[in-house]
Order: sequence, then structure tokens, then C-alpha cells
Amino acid sequence: MENKLFIARVCTLAGKIMLKSGAETYRVEDTMNRIASAYGLRNAQSYVTPTGINFSTGFADPSNTIRVSERSTDLHKITEVNSISRKIDEGGLDAIEAFRLLKEIEKARLAFPEWIQIIAAALLSGCFAIMFNGTWPDFLPACAAGGIGYTVVLWIASMIDVRIIADFFGSFVIGVLAVLFIKTGLGVSMDIIIIGAVMPLVPGLLITNAVRDLMAGHLLSGMGKGAEAVLTAFAIGSGIAVVLSFI
Amino acid sequence: MLDIIAQLVTSFIASAGFAILFNAPKRTLVQCGTIGMLGWILYYLLHESEMDAVGATLAAALLVGVLSQLAARFYKIPIIIFNVAGIIPLVPGGLAYNAMRQFVEDDYNLGLQLATKVMLLSGAIALGLVFSEVAKQIIDKQRKQKRDKERERKLMR
Repeated sequence: MENKLFIARVCTLAGKIMLKSGAETYRVEDTMNRIASAYGLRNAQSYVTPTGINFSTGFADPSNTIRVSERSTDLHKITEVNSISRKIDEGGLDAIEAFRLLKEIEKARLAFPEWIQIIAAALLSGCFAIMFNGTWPDFLPACAAGGIGYTVVLWIASMIDVRIIADFFGSFVIGVLAVLFIKTGLGVSMDIIIIGAVMPLVPGLLITNAVRDLMAGHLLSGMGKGAEAVLTAFAIGSGIAVVLSFI
Repeated sequence: MLDIIAQLVTSFIASAGFAILFNAPKRTLVQCGTIGMLGWILYYLLHESEMDAVGATLAAALLVGVLSQLAARFYKIPIIIFNVAGIIPLVPGGLAYNAMRQFVEDDYNLGLQLATKVMLLSGAIALGLVFSEVAKQIIDKQRKQKRDKERERKLMR
């Protein structure tokens, strides 16, 4: 019994890390079931939604519930948990060692430093401006607006829990900057600058995840993530709209 | 020609940049950038040769899906790491912005037209991913059947 409970802890911890890092729910369930069956629990059941995990080691066994309220995007952690579950699957890792490794991953800060993220956001904003038929004079303004906009989002997100507010103010700042660039003659096309600069905020991962979940038959999760994506897009859109309606 | 080179370079940086924002592992950044670049350049070339944007997006998303499957299998890494970065250039962000802008400026007719197009394009991206996934599942299933048959034959002997 003790053993079963410990395996359940390993499974739910793996699932929790993945869900927090933004994995698709079907992948979370799959990973948990694989770990469980590698440790000899053939009838383990998992039920995962974007906001929580339900896991039971078998029929008539007690089930564990874990609530996940904060979600971010961290593909690195998903990859790490995935490789641990592969190792368990191949039989090369006992439960105690796996638990220790998973705890390490949970605590680790694998993210790129913020300044690298901001530089990446700035560069990709400029690149998107060119890709969407922009001209080279718009490259630098788009970079600046995108970088500053992303910085604002990071800054507000660190103070306020509601991510949508951060997206709203981020795109609001981008809109204001784009207008300023046009007024001072630094940029050519306001639309191109805004489109490029807004791209780092676009909920691309959410959309792909929603589709993957729907495809896997997780209709509830798919719709939930779709709703989150629409809400994010709405926040970005209204931030820009506020600026546009004043000029 | 110069145009295409500019598109290649910018789409590579854009996809790799997105991989950084999503905190993809360092060793996958180049692959993410490459997949995004190939998907985008297919879309760009098809669109330049007067193909409909929806069809071009579908083809490009299909290519991104297949490449991601291959990369995921080769590097033994979840597929999501590759297809997220690859899909990003195809996401109709510009069009969505334009649609919203028309709504704000009280031109609901044009706004609705553009919004419909956005939905069609997102649908094309989803469909491209679904097709590549279905293809993979069919191939996997056939391989498994073949393997099972061979195992059976060995046992019979």
C-alpha cells in the first residue's frame, strides 16, 4: 500500500509539472499512465483538465486530486519530464530516484534570463514586420515597440496575477509607441509596426494545444484552452483598439 | 530573389525567437527555426504564385506537421516543441489585427469579412496538423501490424 501511494506521488508530481508548464492534457495523462504501468500498476486511471489532475492507482483505490491554478509556458520542463518518463518506461529508474529528479525539475529555473527573452521578442517583432510585407525602415521601430511591449507584459505579470491585464497594457503600450513612431517620422506604416510588435503576445501555443487536445478527444480541455486563447486575443485586440479609437 | 532571402532569414529568426519565448531547450532552437522557416517559405512561394491563402496555409501547416513528427521521433522530444515554433509564422495575426481595426472604425462589413478569413486560416492550420497526425497514426498502425504478423510467423515456425 505504501508503495502504491509513493508511485501515485511520482505520477502526480510528473503530471503537475507538465500541466504547469503548458503541456497538452492528453500528453499529461499519457505520461502519468506510462509511469504507473512501468511500476506495475496496470489499472491506474488519470483524468486531467487544464486546471487540475485526478489520479487513482486502480479500481477501488483512493484517488488523488491536484489543483493547478497557475500555468505558464515552459517547453524545457516538459522535455525534461518526458525524458524521465522515457527512462522509467525503459526500466532504468526506480521510484525514489525518479521522485528526487522530478522534485529537482520542479524547483529548477530553466527559463532563459529575462533580457534574452526581451531581445528575442524585439528581434522577432522586427522580423514579423518584414514577413508581413513590411519595408525595412519599419524594422527597427517594430523591434523597439515589440521589445518594450513585451517588457511591459513581463513587468505587469510579475505584479498582477491576471495575465489578461498584462496583455492588455502590453498591447496598449505597443499601440502608443507605434503612433509616436509615425508622428515623429521614424516609421512608415503604423499597421505593420503594430502587427509585428504584437506577435510576441499572440497565443500561438494555446491555439496549437487546444487543437491537439481536441484531436485527442479531450473536448473539455480543448474548448477550455480555446476559450483562454480567445480571451488573450481579445485582451490584445482591445489594448490596440483603445489607442486606435483616440487617433 | 533578394526578397526570398530576406523572408528566409526573417522567418528563421522569428521562429527561433518564439522558441526562446516558450523556453524551448537550447539544443532545439536551430531545428525550431528551420521548421518555421521551411513552413513559411512554402506558404510564401505558394501565395506568390497566386494560390489562395487558405490552401497555401494548409499546405504549409501540413509540411510543418510532418517535419515536426520527424524531428520529434529523431530527437526523442515531445512534438509540441517543434510544431509550436513552426506554426507561429502562419498564424494570421496581421489579418486578425486588421479585422479588429475595421470593427473599431465602425466598418462592420469589412471587419466580418476579415474575421471570417481569420477563422478559415486558423482552421487550415488545425487541419494541416490533424492530417499530419493522422498520417503518422496510419503509418504507426501498419508498422505494428507488420511487426505482429512477423512475430506470429516466427512463433508458428
